[in-house]
Amino acid sequence: MSQKIFAPWDDPNEKPLIRFENVTKKFGDFTAIDDLTLNIYEKEFFALLGPSGCGKTTMMRMLAGFENPTSGKMELAGKNIAGTPPNKRAVNMMFQSYALFPHLSVWENIAFGLKRGSMDKRAIAARVEEMLKLTRLTKFAGRKPHQISGGQRQRVALARSLAKAPKLLLLDEPLGALDKKLRQDTQFELMDIQESTGTTFVIVTHDQEEAMTVASRVAVMDEGRIIQVATPDGIYEAPNSVYVADFIGDVNIIEGTAKPAGDGVYFLDWTENEPPFLATSDVPFSDGQKAHLAIRPEKISITTEKPDDAKNTVQGTVLDIAYLGNLSTYYVQLADGRIIKAQTANTRRLSRRSITWEDKVWVSWNATAGVLLEQ
Amino acid sequence: MRRFFLIAVPYVWLLALFLIPFFIVFKISLSDLALSIPPYTPTMKDGIGQMIKAFDFENFVFLTTDDLYWKAYLSSLKIALFSTVLALLVGYPMAYGMARAPEEWRPTLMMLVILPFWTSFLIRVYAWVGILSNEGFLNQFLLWTGVISTPLAIMNTTTAVYIGIVYTYLPFMILPIYAALDRLDESLIEAAQDLGCSRTKAFWLVTVPLSRSGIIAGCFLVFIPALGEFVIPSLLGGSGTLMIGKVLFEEFFNNRDWPVASAVAVILLLILIVPIILFQRNQQRQAEAET
Amino acid sequence: MRRASWFNVTALTLGFAFLYLPMVLLVIYSFNSSKLVTVWAGFSTKWYGELLQNEAFLDAAVITLKVAVASSTLATILGTMAAYVLVRGGRFLGRTLFSGMIYAPLVMPEVITGLSLLLLFIGIGLDRGVLTIVLAHTTFSMCYVSVVVSSRLVSFDRSLEEAALDLGCSPFDAFRLVTLPIIAPAVISGWLLAFTLSLDDLVIASFTTGPSSTTLPIKIWSAVRLGVSPEINALSTIMIGIVTVGVISASLVSKRNAVKAQQDMQAAERGAT
Repeated sequence: MSQKIFAPWDDPNEKPLIRFENVTKKFGDFTAIDDLTLNIYEKEFFALLGPSGCGKTTMMRMLAGFENPTSGKMELAGKNIAGTPPNKRAVNMMFQSYALFPHLSVWENIAFGLKRGSMDKRAIAARVEEMLKLTRLTKFAGRKPHQISGGQRQRVALARSLAKAPKLLLLDEPLGALDKKLRQDTQFELMDIQESTGTTFVIVTHDQEEAMTVASRVAVMDEGRIIQVATPDGIYEAPNSVYVADFIGDVNIIEGTAKPAGDGVYFLDWTENEPPFLATSDVPFSDGQKAHLAIRPEKISITTEKPDDAKNTVQGTVLDIAYLGNLSTYYVQLADGRIIKAQTANTRRLSRRSITWEDKVWVSWNATAGVLLEQ
Repeated sequence: MRRFFLIAVPYVWLLALFLIPFFIVFKISLSDLALSIPPYTPTMKDGIGQMIKAFDFENFVFLTTDDLYWKAYLSSLKIALFSTVLALLVGYPMAYGMARAPEEWRPTLMMLVILPFWTSFLIRVYAWVGILSNEGFLNQFLLWTGVISTPLAIMNTTTAVYIGIVYTYLPFMILPIYAALDRLDESLIEAAQDLGCSRTKAFWLVTVPLSRSGIIAGCFLVFIPALGEFVIPSLLGGSGTLMIGKVLFEEFFNNRDWPVASAVAVILLLILIVPIILFQRNQQRQAEAET
Repeated sequence: MRRASWFNVTALTLGFAFLYLPMVLLVIYSFNSSKLVTVWAGFSTKWYGELLQNEAFLDAAVITLKVAVASSTLATILGTMAAYVLVRGGRFLGRTLFSGMIYAPLVMPEVITGLSLLLLFIGIGLDRGVLTIVLAHTTFSMCYVSVVVSSRLVSFDRSLEEAALDLGCSPFDAFRLVTLPIIAPAVISGWLLAFTLSLDDLVIASFTTGPSSTTLPIKIWSAVRLGVSPEINALSTIMIGIVTVGVISASLVSKRNAVKAQQDMQAAERGAT
């Protein structure tokens, strides 16, 4: 019972499908991509995540061939593709605006790319039917783009870009125009299609939840650099910097100085009148080094009595409660004014909850609950 | 009451000064030439019954027998059609260039296209007289460069009329095409390239079909006025150029044959109805597509 | 990212050269001292002097301006009314005919419009002169005005008028106090359009004019039929100069207004936060 885990990036013998090597892209004085090196493997669902202006769209446009790198090497399946025009690349793109041709029907839109090759008519028709079926659009084949709904348009765009069976499919904010409910359903649909076609997907998004849901690996970008590349759980549980920890989900960041306390365990002095926190770290810290403890709100417990078993406990007052239905987030103010967010699942009805505003409470967590970060 | 007044004033004005004059033209086209003032019979004075009885299609029959009119209609159609194509060939690249120009340049380019609109039509046509005549700037220039050894006779030929029409009506071609190209989403071109089109192929498969309504509008906006044009053929075309607007004008002022002039006008109008309706339909479809 | 390709630059350069070179030559050669208009014989402004001495041209210019002011003002009033009826008038008997009569003159050959109006004026025994030209010009230019104004009215938020009515305005007051100030730019450009159309018109004026009322285009026409004349070059230069200054200053004003509106908006937003 050894189901092989999909992790080509851990296998040194695996050849990457895409290789960026020291790629830099400048627009005039502005550096959009700064000396970036990255491997993406076959069959991956790779997400580029970052705020707007971080360079993720530029990277995608370079892969599609609409921009050329100013310097550095860009390889697709071992071949340098810098300078190859977009129509000569086995790469297709699904545009953020979908870019469906308004003068062509759904069928003709999907067939558009196929007709550019030397495929015969019957093969094109068969392929279009196949794509229509895959995206459940058979009924709408004859309609024009303005005669179908937003979700259907999104599927036409997907079918059109997949029709040529590209080695690599680029998706630019593919779900940005859909409302939240539809977006969630479509995420799973995208994953299914990616898996069944075996195509490598690179998705650009600013929505961290979307990236976490669909991707096999996520690259967090900022100002033209990749800050961290890891699996979604890696990014969430073991961020390599305060930037990543803060960008993905909710986090408490506690600044202080580290003091080694034995094998991978450190004390963090964070304030004068309280005992230091205890935290584990794979990265070594020297005595007195500045450190940030990043800890997720859901890993912090909140109790009215001081718990005996927790390594880190501190007292505070409940300042505010954000009720989210399934969860509640408590904003607890500590003696030095600092606010700690603690999250609990609302397994009980609201009326039975024991903690309310202005209550004195204890927040606590284990040494392994958070990560210690340099910067 | 106020609403009635608001509707009635422009309505009555247009009825009196636009529609009724048409019926008069139509009526006179059915009358006979007379050596009196006004120079046609029967007139209202003869009584309505008498007037209607005297109506006939003699003038229209005359138009078909004298091949001057035939030729004038045909040559007007030919000249209008050919200048429309020429204007499209000149105007499309300009509109395309404008739509692709940097954002901050576009208002200026737009102004440069519109500016001739506000300048006198007559003067713009007149400007070509000095260029195209035998001792004009064009011939001087060509002689100076040695391309030709004897002056080209362009003035007073159909070529001069083509140049004049393309020149004066070019903004009408550029503006609707530019409007269509400006609306065009750049990512559609990129999508076409991404799906395997070269730049040229993407232009023919995406840009041209999507600017079609602009092309059609521009073509009609040149074709319709060019068909009835009077100033350009009179000034640049010389006596050899036959165009129906010119024939009408001369028939009226030089020959003082009002019934025939009216018949010429009625037929010109009938010829124009088809392109006008097509133009209207194109505009309507475009308006619907936008909503 | 839009870049200027050599093709686009060439198309624009050649195209604008085609549009402007004839006028530039006209302007340059209006300062030619030679009577032979295509042979440069030195700089001179003598043709401007002669033009100003030419009583016939000056008289024609005065008549043309009178006609243009009268007809464009009338056309603006009638055209704005017509636009309002078209956009806001709702349904009434003969609405289709009405809108047909608004759009038809735009595509009507001038020779036909001129001929039909002349036949009308003769039919009702109206003496041809300034009055008939004004009537003729008003009729075709009111249609242009109404197209310009109605395109602005269509994009006009109707709830503004409804708010005025809700606050106690009569429909007329609502138009006067709310609608008119907002559509004013369109009304003004409609007036300017009607004014230039009237200044520019040769064909319709030729049909509807009488012996005593020769307009400038008719005067120019009879002069240019005889070939190029330096006086006409000078006159053209003056007219081109006026239009150029007018159009450029209008576009500068509207640009400045747009910039100012943007700054006001930014200032307001800064003030609000």
